[in-house]
Amino acid sequence: MSSLTRDDVAHLAMLARIDLDDAELDRMVGELDVILGAVAKVQQAPIDGVAPMSHPLPLTNVTRPDVLRAGLTPAEALSGAPEVHEQRFSVPRILTED
Amino acid sequence: MTTTSTSTDEVMDYDEAIARFDPVMGLEVHVELNTATKMFCGCATAFGAPPNSQVCPVCLGLPGALPVVNATAVESAIRIGLALHCEIAPWCRFARKNYFYPDMPKNFQTSQYDEPISFDGWLDVEVEDGAGGTEIFRVEIERAHMEEDTGKSLHIGGATGRIQGADYSLVDYNRAGIPLIEIVTKPIAGAGERAPEVARAYVSALRDLMRALDVSDVKMEQGSMRCDANVSLRVRAGDGPTSAAQLDVPLGTRTETKNVNSLRSVERAVRYEIARHAAVLAGGGSILQETRHWHEDTGVTTSGREKSDAEDYRYFPEPDLVPVAPSRERVEALRQTLPEPPAERRRRLQTDWGYSDLEMRDVVNAGALELIEQTVALGASAQAARKWWLGEPSRRANGAAQDLVAYAAQLGFAPADVAALEGMVVAGRLNDSMARQVLDGVLDGEGHPVQVADARGLELVQDDAALEAAVEQVIAANPDVADKIRGGKAQAAGALIGQVMKATKGQADAGKARELILAKLQ
Repeated sequence: MSSLTRDDVAHLAMLARIDLDDAELDRMVGELDVILGAVAKVQQAPIDGVAPMSHPLPLTNVTRPDVLRAGLTPAEALSGAPEVHEQRFSVPRILTED
Repeated sequence: MTTTSTSTDEVMDYDEAIARFDPVMGLEVHVELNTATKMFCGCATAFGAPPNSQVCPVCLGLPGALPVVNATAVESAIRIGLALHCEIAPWCRFARKNYFYPDMPKNFQTSQYDEPISFDGWLDVEVEDGAGGTEIFRVEIERAHMEEDTGKSLHIGGATGRIQGADYSLVDYNRAGIPLIEIVTKPIAGAGERAPEVARAYVSALRDLMRALDVSDVKMEQGSMRCDANVSLRVRAGDGPTSAAQLDVPLGTRTETKNVNSLRSVERAVRYEIARHAAVLAGGGSILQETRHWHEDTGVTTSGREKSDAEDYRYFPEPDLVPVAPSRERVEALRQTLPEPPAERRRRLQTDWGYSDLEMRDVVNAGALELIEQTVALGASAQAARKWWLGEPSRRANGAAQDLVAYAAQLGFAPADVAALEGMVVAGRLNDSMARQVLDGVLDGEGHPVQVADARGLELVQDDAALEAAVEQVIAANPDVADKIRGGKAQAAGALIGQVMKATKGQADAGKARELILAKLQ
């Protein structure tokens, strides 16, 4: 029942920023088909009269008061950054591929 | 490639564009809430803090961090929904909007997708009807949902500071996670040539409403309120923008213009996009669905990235947050906290103050409504409060390209100062021209009105003996004029009053001088 195409997989790989070569794409179409097929079995479940479930936990309205809590210092926040300039995370230029 | 803020796009004359096409808009307004802390963590939300000083594992998306919803933000979201006449969902959830820009360190933005907290509302906005009055235009609201703001990127290198052409980007995550409400309209059709004006009026009305609700400081120049304007054109049909035939024509391809950060820009950007679309369509081209950047300086838009389709964001329910399910009792209790709608309040104040439509419009356009209200509450008459606020303070605020409230606040010039100034006029200490000098002094930072009047020695001559001496002197020096007045020509007194004022360096009460002159000569 799968309708996943090679183009679909290439598109998803692009969105997820994963480089796949041609052989990997071909393999992934097959593997993802199997996974989707397995997940698609839930469509056979009888759901008449069952309310849609938004969330698996039986909890709602878990909130906190609007009160300040100490966070990280800038030095701590930036400690894992590959590059730092002017107390900011320095990242490669973006949107070059568009 | 580099992007510049000048565009070579052709535009059609606006009137011609409107004669040939019918514009349809969709407006997305982001409002940053004024909560003390972020949407999902306890970090501060102060504007202008040093970079990356208001961050924690949650808003940096570090492994293992668990977000928890800010109760006050949910309350504000519900109040905004109610004020926009929306339905409030009895149950809603958050969703992850996945994308790979570095402005969100998590690689997704926590938002709401298929279950917004409020939906199906409307907001009436006032536009000028071209005959000196106003007309109501109803804007339908699709949804108002909760989400979080993104970090701020500085793009270094490249031809301009804009996103393309940058060599690298510096990211500050202080803003990442600040609560946002995104308010999305349904397609706004039927505005015709007034579409740009309606867009501006809508954003202005939203800003007033947010202020009245006290949920955001709505400073467009600081980005706490931002507007994205979607525009599309379709061919004209029927006999007007609201005709059934016109409304049946399918919508054209839209563009989304970002970076529209003032009310004036909203109007200009919509107008520009209408003229640009019209030129493309009339030339046989088709509109590319894309994001456009608005350039305030040159008044044009330039192409940004192509707009992703919604499925490209791969939305899915946020597993780390449980649903928000406001009880009906809670919603009704919050409904009781809604303020008087800004338009109704304006109408009430106009009646109370006895302003003409024109006077009221000037007051609203000057942003002086609250200032005048407070000044009147301190005892000044409504006309006097209007006169003083719309005079020198407004001129100076305009000159400094600031809104009046911000200008006055920065100067420490308060309604109490205006009330004190007017109080001295009413008490007879100052005449109008002296009061203007005092106002100048106060705005120049010389102190409070009474201090300035004292320091500058401004005081009407109350001393009857001094005034009488001046009057006698002037009469003696002008026997011809005095004779005329004795002969019954009371209007000739004007010349003598002028000289009395001169003799007293403008500090005499002109009315009193007149009385004295007439009493002595008749």
